[in-house]
Amino acid sequence: MVKSSQYSQPSEQRQAESETDFLVVQDLVKAYPSAGGDPTVVLDNINLTVGANEFIAIIGHSGCGKSTLLKIVSGLEQATSGGVFLEGKPIKKPGADRMMVFQNYSLLPWLTVRENVRLAVNEVCDHLSPRDRTDLVEEHLAMVNLTDAALKYPDELSGGMKQRVGIARALAIRPKMLLMDEPFGALDALTRGHLQRQVLDIWERNPQAVMMITHDVDEAIYMADRIVMMTNGPNAHIGEILEVPFKHPRDRTALRESKEYYELRNHALGFLDSYFEQMS
Amino acid sequence: MQRKLRTRSAARLGQPKSAKPSFRLPFENIVLPAIAFLVVLLVWWVIAKFFTTLMPTPWEAFVANLDYILNPFFRRGPGNLGIGWLLLASLRRVLIGFLLGTLVAIPIGFWIGLSPRAMTAINPLVQLFRPVSPVAWLPIALSIFNLANPSAIFVIFITSLWPTVINTALGVASVPKDYLDVAQVLEMPRWRQMTKIIWPASLPYIFTGLRLSLGIAWLVIVAVEMLTGGIGIGFFIWDEWNRLSLSSVFLAVVVIGLTGLLLDYAITLIERWATHRPAKAI
Repeated sequence: MVKSSQYSQPSEQRQAESETDFLVVQDLVKAYPSAGGDPTVVLDNINLTVGANEFIAIIGHSGCGKSTLLKIVSGLEQATSGGVFLEGKPIKKPGADRMMVFQNYSLLPWLTVRENVRLAVNEVCDHLSPRDRTDLVEEHLAMVNLTDAALKYPDELSGGMKQRVGIARALAIRPKMLLMDEPFGALDALTRGHLQRQVLDIWERNPQAVMMITHDVDEAIYMADRIVMMTNGPNAHIGEILEVPFKHPRDRTALRESKEYYELRNHALGFLDSYFEQMS
Repeated sequence: MQRKLRTRSAARLGQPKSAKPSFRLPFENIVLPAIAFLVVLLVWWVIAKFFTTLMPTPWEAFVANLDYILNPFFRRGPGNLGIGWLLLASLRRVLIGFLLGTLVAIPIGFWIGLSPRAMTAINPLVQLFRPVSPVAWLPIALSIFNLANPSAIFVIFITSLWPTVINTALGVASVPKDYLDVAQVLEMPRWRQMTKIIWPASLPYIFTGLRLSLGIAWLVIVAVEMLTGGIGIGFFIWDEWNRLSLSSVFLAVVVIGLTGLLLDYAITLIERWATHRPAKAI
């Protein structure tokens, strides 16, 4: 097994970012009251910082609380103790500065593709003129190649197209941070690969803070700068944080030919496997 | 169910779902229902021929009704109107009562769908009155209004309340959490959440309630008119029975059935237009 420290070679850029500490998760605990008396602790003492232009992947087995962590960052759920700070300010409620991309797309079925994006823009960008809002919507539809499908309803779209709408909607409101909850989890392998590339393209052109939940090690290594590996719940905590040393823009084929890629992959899989054995 | 399956398989193929209905031979769509109709006509004929002297055979009924069918809108003196006028009179009562009921039922349903406390307060009332045949309200209505027509409309109003209240409340209470999460992340104020998310999301349920309400209202108006008298398709049936003119009763049965079908179809058209989604089968 390889030690994670071997990969921690922060670039100058990363170091510059870590000084600002864009998002800070501090001593975070999430517990649910249970019938037995003692509350069930889902997340136990999570500490994490994310840079302003950093792509973070969170990986772990089902039920390890990784979605709960994302929900707390989004503000849809509250921490039991500890807290999350965005640019030094505590996060207490949901906000458009931390826009979500949902696993099951969460498009509104009575609105067309264009209207779905427009709804978000109308809610968040109320300082813009209608003309600028239209431009914003069209720009982001074009970004995910959906201009031709703009008048379709979600029911008429494939899963991959739906998630592209979800991504366009999230990016159109220019959030400070993008939260993605297994965004490609419900897609078939081919579509998933395409969409990973597309999202990475967009991010490489315009880097921002991203927190992505995934259970796919390859996806995490391909896309993220750092991979946060969670132990199993209850009492899930961060088991290990892997630095991904590859420079952006990344080429999947070239990655797969490098030795480092496999060492990293085996290390991550080894971590997950050790917890899988614990489970069974 | 079928729709769901299609969507899922289309998603797997990564292709947009085509909205084509499954193809069936015209033979099946026309001949099979025709056979069923013929069987009913045969049963009618057998009963009319061998079991009772009052009933006309299908052919006799058709001949006797030819005048009604060809001239639906005649006026031959007070109380002697074409069946078209009678139908319009009944439709008018149903639509007024139904619209009034809808205006009351949707806000109540919306309210108890949003507020568990309002639900606790109002649900027992709804559950108590829902199983009561709306015709039972007629004496109460008559005692209030002293007039047949407003009383009939009031009974239709009561009829139209329950299914719409229940389905609206169900729709509002079961708006998918995902949609509300989207609204919260976008920091929508509560009022806009209601108009932009909860209202459109619950529209299909509301329309289910409206379809049920209108269907029952159309059933009930016949019974109410039999009791109140006056001009209308229901009283027409009772009146013709009193004259032992069974042919007209059969005509009325067919007319009521076709009208009910058209009313239901009209609502599904409005639903498709309002929700941008195909109507569910109920």
